[in-house]
Amino acid sequence: MRYMLLIYVNEAAMAAAPTDKTYEISAAYGAYTEALKTSGAWLAGDRLKPTQAATSVRMANGKTNVLDGPYADTKEQLAGFYMIEAEDADAAIAWAARCPAASAGTVELRPIWEQTM
Amino acid sequence: MENGLEIARAAAEAAARQSYGKLVAWLAARTRDVAGAEDALADAFAAALERWPQTGVPEKPEAWLLAVARRRRVDAVRRRLTGEASRDHLRLIAEEMEARMTDDDLPDERLRLMFACAHPAIEASVRAPLILQTILGFDAATIASAFLVSPATMGQRLVRAKARIRDTGIPFRVPERTELGERLDAVLEAIYATFAEGWSDPAGTETRRRNLATEGIWLGRLMASLMPHEPEALGLLALMLFAEARRAARRSAEGDFVPLKEQDCRLWDRALIDEAEALLSCAATKAVIGRYQLEAAVQSAHAARRLTGRTDWPAIRELYDALLSIAGSPVVAINRAVAIAEADGAAAGLAALYVLGDDKRLDNYQPYWAARAGLLARLGTTTQAAEAYDRAIGLERDPAVRRFLQGKRKDLDES
Repeated sequence: MRYMLLIYVNEAAMAAAPTDKTYEISAAYGAYTEALKTSGAWLAGDRLKPTQAATSVRMANGKTNVLDGPYADTKEQLAGFYMIEAEDADAAIAWAARCPAASAGTVELRPIWEQTM
Repeated sequence: MENGLEIARAAAEAAARQSYGKLVAWLAARTRDVAGAEDALADAFAAALERWPQTGVPEKPEAWLLAVARRRRVDAVRRRLTGEASRDHLRLIAEEMEARMTDDDLPDERLRLMFACAHPAIEASVRAPLILQTILGFDAATIASAFLVSPATMGQRLVRAKARIRDTGIPFRVPERTELGERLDAVLEAIYATFAEGWSDPAGTETRRRNLATEGIWLGRLMASLMPHEPEALGLLALMLFAEARRAARRSAEGDFVPLKEQDCRLWDRALIDEAEALLSCAATKAVIGRYQLEAAVQSAHAARRLTGRTDWPAIRELYDALLSIAGSPVVAINRAVAIAEADGAAAGLAALYVLGDDKRLDNYQPYWAARAGLLARLGTTTQAAEAYDRAIGLERDPAVRRFLQGKRKDLDES
């Protein structure tokens, strides 16, 4: 089964972290990504630019509404994602628990809605 | 003052668990309906956890629980919510209690319940959760978090397992001598799994996890008291106590991971170590060796450092040799390789580790990569060591251990 790991962390806290801490975090993500790839679980994954760079688009009554900022104002912000292949939910949870974000923020795990022909 | 409240709460919870588990076990052993037994007592148990910390533990805790359960049932009948099964359960136990009058006389059937929960017909991964729920009254969500499973999934598994006990007619009995060995292993394994899940959060930042280590020890004590002549039951309790004794030394004041070799043994809990040593000696008098006694003996050898100032690695290596021959697993093999490295040098240790290299199960197993990285680093093969550290870092879920490994990885670059 495919699962999406949505990474939520506190952007402000991340931005304020000292350089060596930032280095440590990105090295941890690097190693985590590598572990996913080596085990064959990795399908996709990337880091997102902060919500300052976000734009929200909505269409209502034929008019397009374009707003600066993220869709929802939350304490922790969507900061990246992984898509993985896992045998079942338990295997996916085990990977989510290893994600560095699990100890710094929250990892939301969502199964992909597979299209059946 | 705060501390006094904590102690009162802990005492009340322990008493509530004792009584709850005994009542559930007594009922389930007669009806084989574990879920029904839990339903009948759930409200009363919740009320006890709320009230007893304030009022103190009642003189007859089981009678108190039963009285509340019956009163709640009357309320429920008025609301037409109660099931027939639940009513029968309460009637059954009330008759028994009234016939005997004191709590002390209610026979302790928890051992039989534990053997039913860890029966071979029950899926291995659900045995420990089942024991936690029926004996200790843990809810599915708490158990799910501890075992890294979604609450909905854990809830379903528990429901299915209880239905299976009832429908397949799993017996509530302590197995005969001839079949006891394997069946006892399953019970002890479930208890150890409980402890190990709690142990993986040594900082105790997640209260649920830390509690799980405590509960594992609690179950281990229960087991040792109910089967005082089983050396493996004593060995398991000793093993858990040795590990627990080191809790305070496993993290520095800054929250950093401290490996066993570098721990300050003055921070180890002497009373727990003494208790573990006594259990291990007592187990040894039965002259039947087993996995848990051997693992406890390894811990005892590590604990000896507090007296001798050194670690007897050749002795530890021999213990792992023995363990490998009776209970071989990749985990034991990795620990053995580390002991060989300490006793005979890193190259010998690495050779023992490479033998395991083909085992697919190790691909995603952090301790394998961490051990391999450490030995490669000692041999000066920095590139390979760095690769192995990266694997270990990517697979670790405890942030303190991850930081420790990253530090080791960094040392490689600088050397």
